[in-house]
Amino acid sequence: MSTLLCPSEIRSTAELKQIQRVMGAALMRPLTADDKMQTAWSDGRDMNLVVDEFMKPNDRMTAFARLEIYNKQYWFRLLDCLYDDYPGLRALLGQKRFHALSQAYITKYPSVSFTMRNLGGKLEQFIREEPKLTGAKQAMAIDVARYEWAQVLAFDEARSKPVSVDDLLGVNPDQLHLRLQPYLVLLDLDYAVDAYFTAVRKHEFGMRSESSNAKDGASRHATSKRVALPKKEEIWLAVHRHDNELYILRIEREAWHERQVKALQAEIDALRAKIEGKTT
Amino acid sequence: MPANPFNGQTDYGIGIGLRVPHYRHILAKKPVVDWFEIISENFMVDGGRPLEILDSILEQYRVVQHGVSMYFGSADPLDREHLKKIKRLVKRTNTPWLSDHLCWGSVDGRYTHDLLPMPYTMAVAKHTAEKIKQASDFLEVPICVENVSSYAEYHQSNMTEWEFLSEVVERADCGILLDVNNIYVSSENHGFDPLEYVRYVPHHRVGQIHIAGHTRYDEVILDTHDHPVPDPVWRVYEEAIKLCGNTATLLEWDDSIPSFDEVHDEALKANRFLHEHAPLPI
Repeated sequence: MSTLLCPSEIRSTAELKQIQRVMGAALMRPLTADDKMQTAWSDGRDMNLVVDEFMKPNDRMTAFARLEIYNKQYWFRLLDCLYDDYPGLRALLGQKRFHALSQAYITKYPSVSFTMRNLGGKLEQFIREEPKLTGAKQAMAIDVARYEWAQVLAFDEARSKPVSVDDLLGVNPDQLHLRLQPYLVLLDLDYAVDAYFTAVRKHEFGMRSESSNAKDGASRHATSKRVALPKKEEIWLAVHRHDNELYILRIEREAWHERQVKALQAEIDALRAKIEGKTT
Repeated sequence: MPANPFNGQTDYGIGIGLRVPHYRHILAKKPVVDWFEIISENFMVDGGRPLEILDSILEQYRVVQHGVSMYFGSADPLDREHLKKIKRLVKRTNTPWLSDHLCWGSVDGRYTHDLLPMPYTMAVAKHTAEKIKQASDFLEVPICVENVSSYAEYHQSNMTEWEFLSEVVERADCGILLDVNNIYVSSENHGFDPLEYVRYVPHHRVGQIHIAGHTRYDEVILDTHDHPVPDPVWRVYEEAIKLCGNTATLLEWDDSIPSFDEVHDEALKANRFLHEHAPLPI
């Protein structure tokens, strides 16, 4: 006979935690292919027996069916978030493959933030770790995922106070730590993702104007078929915001490097010169 | 009661939830609205457009913060860094009170992003009340906890939901955000009398009321916030107003959101009940 997973009474925070661990694990278990709750627990026992340990049935629904509502809500909510935040990756992989990737990603890296804004934070890493999920499109998928995550950061990351000469007066230049604005992301990509993304947006806009706001599988599938894949091209991008509008600029390779490293060093040198000029 | 310690002694009237599809209309037309409720988490960011929008709204309107992620009912302790983020926003909005839910939603640092029901026992009530007190002390603003809608119940519960809510708020000495739609949804899903719930809770602690619509299926009602407020929910609201007085009321409409005017008109229907049923001040 299997041991029970849940305490029969809750008289302490430890017992509360135990029941929340079991319920949390239950509703985070991936849905079946037809969007149902799995019928077996992770150790193979009947899911009904596990759910019956803590959930009551009512006169219309079994305990299993009642918990299944939460299981579905969890997955639909998180999958919808990735669906909305990664239109380019969705178009690249197609609806079915994107769904499989998203489900595998959330299973491996469940949300660890109070906000779903951060849900895609490890998606690039996951695509590198699980090459089978993107197959021949892995390199493209990595670039598209980086590009879309950069937009999340540029949208609402902090704007640090720019450094002025006066801020540096009296500061030992050797101890200076200058960095780029948090909302500025520099990307070195192997594919022309910026042009590809423009095509995706245009196509999605066209789809919406033709078929209202209804989201159905057919229209999403069509989107993935009709947008041409990103072209192989080494590009360097600055993704940032100005007056709270997002901007994506192509920059020259040299400028990219300069902004990454050399610009900072040049800035330090220039500031040093100004400080020395002011203090002599 | 209209103004009490749990809503910062305010008398805010009828508000609506601030939602993205209405930003342009609100900022351009500046409609007359008593107050807006914001989802705190949408503005707990470090920069960019969300804070610009919020600051523009704050120039014109009174704003109250409503959270979805403090999870007072989670067994895990409160996250101090999270509280610091909320406090930064409290200073920005000057919210006279803030609300969050009587629920759990994360365990061992993993977030479900849902408002999950709790097992109703005395030990859980004590644990939950202690977390609310800690949050209120840190945030230095009154807290109202909201009853959630639910689709499931625990074998381990040995109290009713209204007994549990009352126990928690008395122990925490905090307010209640009484969501009459959630009471109705849960009453249909679990088979209890929604008016018994409303009559039991400590009315002097009700700082705010939520109204909303829902979706009825064959076996369950889901709390979808995508319809006008249905008559049975208005009846629960009427009873709440009779017992609690002219309380700050907020309409939630979160999905299939119609025009701003349609949402606002639906919220203002609450006036009929406030005028007819709220006890007159002595």
